[in-house]
Amino acid sequence: MMRYASRIVAPLNDEMVLSLRSGDKVLISGVIFTGRDAAHRRMAENIAENRPLPFDVRGQIIYYVGPSPTPPGRVCGSAGPTTSGRMDPYTPLLLDLGLKGMIGKGKRSPDVIESMKKNRALYFGAVGGAAVLISKCINRMETVAWPELGPEAVFRMRVEDLPVVVLVDSFGNDLYSDGPAGFRRSE
Amino acid sequence: MRKAREIDVSLVSEAVKGLFIKANVSIGQDVYNALVQARDRIEGSPIGRSVLDQIIRNHDLARTEQMPICQDTGMAVVFADIGQDVLLTGGDLSAAVNLGVEEAYREGFFRKSVVEDPLFDRRNTGTNTPAVIHTRIIPGDRVKISVTPKGFGSENKSALRVFTPAQGPGEVRDFIRDTVAAAGPDPCPPVLIGVGIGGTVESAAIMAKRATLYPVGRRNPERRYAALEMETLEAVNALGIGPAGLGGTVTCLDIHMDFAPGHIAGTPVVVNICCHAARHAEVSI
Repeated sequence: MMRYASRIVAPLNDEMVLSLRSGDKVLISGVIFTGRDAAHRRMAENIAENRPLPFDVRGQIIYYVGPSPTPPGRVCGSAGPTTSGRMDPYTPLLLDLGLKGMIGKGKRSPDVIESMKKNRALYFGAVGGAAVLISKCINRMETVAWPELGPEAVFRMRVEDLPVVVLVDSFGNDLYSDGPAGFRRSE
Repeated sequence: MRKAREIDVSLVSEAVKGLFIKANVSIGQDVYNALVQARDRIEGSPIGRSVLDQIIRNHDLARTEQMPICQDTGMAVVFADIGQDVLLTGGDLSAAVNLGVEEAYREGFFRKSVVEDPLFDRRNTGTNTPAVIHTRIIPGDRVKISVTPKGFGSENKSALRVFTPAQGPGEVRDFIRDTVAAAGPDPCPPVLIGVGIGGTVESAAIMAKRATLYPVGRRNPERRYAALEMETLEAVNALGIGPAGLGGTVTCLDIHMDFAPGHIAGTPVVVNICCHAARHAEVSI
């Protein structure tokens, strides 16, 4: 079921998106953007009021993370994924604008998965709590928007070999349904 | 008459600061050992073992580099058990606790995750204060402080239900299992679970939080509750959620229950879920 880890480079195109399947291990390199609750709320407000987003989402990957502060001599603090489901109400709006990938942890709503199928996008899982390991894959980090939100600001990150697994592919296959099913024991 | 032992609250600040710095970068040996055992001997899924391996390597890195284990360094929860023969001097106890939290989160480069107003402005206080402080008066002349930085991926999945006297241990077991099932991958399994049973809704919640601080492998001294802990652990691990929720045999590392006398008409049960980064530290002054 699990294939050998493939390397992909962000931003993504449709060909890359269509080639990956739920359960695939992937190493992501390139440029990604961060955003969590407060940033998503503001992006949705911008869309509703016809104002530009802090970055062009076409082809991009958003990582749901609020890093801890950067200690001296480091690129960033600990930076593991937060629970993606809280971004569900805003996600289809961004997918309709061309967002191609999301990195987080936890289940997505049926609406998000439908929108991912329609717009051809991927949902990747990073290991929640593996925050120091993940910070080692981040080579550069700069603030793109809303610095007043602190850890909830939008950052641009240059990453190298960020280890993730495809949780939901662009065909709607969901590892969170298929994975546990094989290990469930009835009483 | 015996003279009270004077303790300056600045000692409390220092203790709280040191404990939060320690807890956020260094996992307890009991949790660490349980994760290693899960990876090497229990987990049946290859992807589950690889997740556990990442979690263990992350703990090693966090400890050696003094970096927070998780970017969610939590809300600061402080249990202060104060001996009744202690006289606290030098200022306000709550202010002293909050000062320790503020310094720990600033100097440790920990994330500040507290908002001032929970419903309207949601403006970050910038200091990770106020802490949630539970004080208790106990016999003796010492102050015992336990702290736990509580992450909200797991706190969000906790649950409360009040049971009727007609309902028994089987219903409580099912409630805990169903709470973990509904949470799925979100609280960062393998989880640890604290359960408070009896008393009133608020005392059950505090019992549940205290129970999350017990070491892995600790069993309730009352044998029927110890058996219920084991039986519930088995039921939870039969769910197959596994490490990071990707499927596997290890969904929960341990379940700790505490109980208290309750009312003839009802039994509150609080299930407090803790992620695998179950962080806490204790000291006695």
